[in-house]
Amino acid sequence: MTLKRPSRAGLLALAFGALLAIFLSVGVYSTSYAQTPAPGAAPAAPAAAPPPAAPAPTPSCANDPDPKKAVLTKCSPNSGDTAWMLTSVALVLMMTVPGLGLFYGGLTRKKNVGDTVMTSFAITCLITILFAICTYSMAFTPGSPYVGGLSRFFLQGVMSDIASGAGNPNPLASTIPEMVYMCFQMTFAIITPALIAGAFAERMKFSAMLWFIGIWAIVVYAPVAHWVWGPDGMLSSGNSDAYIKVLDFAGGTVVHINSGVAGLMCAICLGKRKETGPPHNMVLTFIGASLLWVGWFGFNAGSAVTSGLQAGMAMTVTQIATAVAAFTWMLVEWAHRGKATVVGICSGAVAGLVAITPASGFVGPIGSMAIGVAAGVVCYWGVTGLKHMHGIDDALDCFGVHAVGGITGAILTGVFAINEYGGTSGLIEGNAGQVINQIEGVIIVIVYDAIVSLIILKIIDAIIGLRVSDEAEREGLDLALHGEAVQ
Amino acid sequence: MKIVMAIIKPFKLDEVRDALTSIGVSGLTVTEVKGYGRQKGHTEIYRGAEYAVSFLPKMKVEVAVAANQVDKVISAITGAAKTGQIGDGKIFVYTIDSAVRIRTGETDAAAL
Repeated sequence: MTLKRPSRAGLLALAFGALLAIFLSVGVYSTSYAQTPAPGAAPAAPAAAPPPAAPAPTPSCANDPDPKKAVLTKCSPNSGDTAWMLTSVALVLMMTVPGLGLFYGGLTRKKNVGDTVMTSFAITCLITILFAICTYSMAFTPGSPYVGGLSRFFLQGVMSDIASGAGNPNPLASTIPEMVYMCFQMTFAIITPALIAGAFAERMKFSAMLWFIGIWAIVVYAPVAHWVWGPDGMLSSGNSDAYIKVLDFAGGTVVHINSGVAGLMCAICLGKRKETGPPHNMVLTFIGASLLWVGWFGFNAGSAVTSGLQAGMAMTVTQIATAVAAFTWMLVEWAHRGKATVVGICSGAVAGLVAITPASGFVGPIGSMAIGVAAGVVCYWGVTGLKHMHGIDDALDCFGVHAVGGITGAILTGVFAINEYGGTSGLIEGNAGQVINQIEGVIIVIVYDAIVSLIILKIIDAIIGLRVSDEAEREGLDLALHGEAVQ
Repeated sequence: MKIVMAIIKPFKLDEVRDALTSIGVSGLTVTEVKGYGRQKGHTEIYRGAEYAVSFLPKMKVEVAVAANQVDKVISAITGAAKTGQIGDGKIFVYTIDSAVRIRTGETDAAAL
């Protein structure tokens, strides 16, 4: 068997990987077993400088009013909250592998299904590594309003209270150990780029995809997550100094609008597929959609970061909105096309899940029904009328479902938010200002995401090229890129 | 020697096989195929994208028979496969030069 001559991109990646491995091992050995209780502001120097004096130890983690203070010490995690969050990590990871892989896999043609699932799986692995190294720190530690700090690079300090028998919490989730919170956020960081794959399916080079996703995770996802969820983020509803407070309970903006817009940029840069074909296996799509629905309880109810009333309400509104959206889409399609389809009802469910995501901790059951109907109708238009209008080949409707659904949900969060549930009033309780905030936040994220994604794509295109050759596209990516085929 | 090749609707396969067996045909080959004649295909729509599906699934049945059996075979197949709707299919007959039974090496008429 002869081996192919390695490509320039491959050698570059190998060199980068080797350097990373060396860097990582140095970082791991010198920083992860720091014995002193870790204030979050300690610098990342391997020769650990003595940390600044920790704040006076408090007997419990709860109720620290200032999220910008150094990380709390000596707290006991609440076992109910921790147990639920451990479960949520598994549920949200399941959403990507295999949920999203199957959902998208069934929609592509058979000759590309292997590449589709490979993309989901590889992104899961890549983002896990990047999150542990840098993007957790960049998103969820205090730094500036635009991006977090270096204090959790290589996850240093995340276990530093283990010697005293308590896990170290992140002030954003003070009743669970920090590593559980980190894992939970990692699964969000994983699914966001995996969603983008819907736009570039069936024609993107695997190597170019890995480069794009890796860079995007660092320069787009981490800052945007910091803006909306970071302790000193400029859009964060928990930040008293925020530029504007945007309500995004579980990631309608950070995950769905972010991935949808990036997907649209990918679809624009890649161009139309040479030919298209119907979904090769709607049963895979059904299995994927079902796993997404079940896993989404971890996504939304888990974003309560506690196991109590708010998680229960989030779960309730998620279920209602999803079912309403799926049924609405089914009825609209039935009326419009004469038949109710499997792909349609599954798409409607996903649209509902997307739209309820930002609202899940803030709205009640009636609001969730309204959001479900809106998602079903607007996202149906997003994948039909709107798609025909812009003519961009968003292969698996990443923009049409996730961006359009995310925008719908983000704005309606400002409408249906109820103070008693999530601490902020929406339009229905007389507060029109929140809707304005939501719209403004959405626009900021869209503009940043679009511009930066385009830049990354153009750079990668110039160096290694984004799109596969015509022959590879015709032959099918499974054989051309991976040397495998579904028999 | 001739091969009689019939394109039929898939659900008619068992009837055609029984009819051929009853007139003494001892073997046949079946292939799943796609095609169309005057029976046009249909349109599938997924999320607003239309795909014209013009090829319909059919079954191809081939039997090798002696030339004097051809008419019997044709009428057996026609009788079994006919529904009266468009899309019933077609039968083609072509001549073959030789036939061999692999196990014994018998040729021509003895191989059929």
